[in-house]
Amino acid sequence: MAALIVARRELAGYFATPVAYVFIVIFLMLAGALTFTLGGFFARGQADLGPFFTFVPWLFLFLVPALTMRLWAEERRLGTIELLLTLPLPQWQAVVGKFLAAWAFCAIALALTFPLVLTVNYLGRPDNGVIAAGYVGCLLVAGAYLAVGAAMSAMTKNQVIAFVLAVAVCFLFAAAGSPIVTEFLSQRIPLLAEVARGLSVTERFNSLTRGVIALRDVVFFLSFMGFFLFVNAVVIDHRKAD
Amino acid sequence: MAALIEIERLTKRFGAFTAVDDVSFSVDRGEVVGFLGPNGAGKSTTMKMLAGFVTPTAGTARICGQDVVDHPVAAKRSLGYLPEGAPTYPEMTVSAFLGFVARIRGYRGANLATRVAHAMDLTQLEGVRLQPIETLSKGFKRRVGLAQSLLHDPPVLVLDEPTDGLDPNQKHEVRELIRRMAPEKAILISTHILEEVEAVCTRAIIIAHGRVLADATPKALEQPDRTLEQVFRDLTTKPAEAA
Repeated sequence: MAALIVARRELAGYFATPVAYVFIVIFLMLAGALTFTLGGFFARGQADLGPFFTFVPWLFLFLVPALTMRLWAEERRLGTIELLLTLPLPQWQAVVGKFLAAWAFCAIALALTFPLVLTVNYLGRPDNGVIAAGYVGCLLVAGAYLAVGAAMSAMTKNQVIAFVLAVAVCFLFAAAGSPIVTEFLSQRIPLLAEVARGLSVTERFNSLTRGVIALRDVVFFLSFMGFFLFVNAVVIDHRKAD
Repeated sequence: MAALIEIERLTKRFGAFTAVDDVSFSVDRGEVVGFLGPNGAGKSTTMKMLAGFVTPTAGTARICGQDVVDHPVAAKRSLGYLPEGAPTYPEMTVSAFLGFVARIRGYRGANLATRVAHAMDLTQLEGVRLQPIETLSKGFKRRVGLAQSLLHDPPVLVLDEPTDGLDPNQKHEVRELIRRMAPEKAILISTHILEEVEAVCTRAIIIAHGRVLADATPKALEQPDRTLEQVFRDLTTKPAEAA
């Protein structure tokens, strides 16, 4: 499938430049530092990765847009978008391919946090099922933010704009379920409060970190990604030559 | 049999500006058509529409009988396209880049290696096959773009300024290459260089303000007392309403 060929090229592209290494090192450093300091990994005295899973979505909020900002913006700047889209592959496959590459890259970064899992298993007897569910949740959040970021990147040739837009939109979905937003809305427009809670990425993620992989949450994340990939494809189709 | 490239009343408007205005022509097998015109005349836009990158406002184009709007993937299979400026992925090596294009075009294994080797052979790229494209000179980059368009031995070639940035020897090589491929293909090249048209093209189309002003053999365009360059200047410096 052409999407996989695009994904493979794209993924190799991450590692051909310092982007991949800087991203992974910063992600691992921040994830580790936050887990052990702010998260109080030792002080809690609990054999789980709760603190780690608390911080990962917030790290992704800033790091994932940094990863996606170049996806289309760079192609536009270099003019390679004209090359890519005049090759015989359906446009949606180019969109999916780029997304898959970025998602695989996030999976690699997440997999490299394995020392945390080893540590917690060495120190105590954690429920590894819950940890696995937490990782699935992280991957789904990464996918959701990636889909948003890729769509924003498709709209502009400027990487900084792509980054800022992506952070803003991701933040909207991250904060939608927070008490501040829902209480504010429920006092005024109760219907919207329900919608906001329903669209919250954080809410769904939290239930996954509790070890519950509910079908509806997985469906939510997959349709979230599907929606933004669709937006991405539409934007590319309409604005590819701008 | 229908011509390999058919362009029918192709029009592209950007807001109030008409970049390409009701352009029609066709290119048969064995023809090398030179697409001439001043900057901003609509050459690149026409080629982008032919390659399926820009969606026409009106009209259509067919490559080997496949409509570029209705059957884009099928049309692109028969097309080798060198976009303006020959864009390539700078961080990739020449062979990795050509391998990527070959894979998208459906080649695998030994077949893929043969295709890539042949394309590098045609454009004399073997010496730099393992170099990242960003480290190459302008001439080499252009040839990587050219190699990419020739890789699948397409029946239709659309080359936007294929010799731009090449030195005289490389220009000569590329022209020789085009001339050698000409009998089996329909080739459309855009250029600013009028001697190039005289050297390789069997037909020249002059376009300005998005309209076709002349479509004839280079010989027919030249008049007894006027060179091709003078004819070009006469046609393209006239005000738009005269066209």
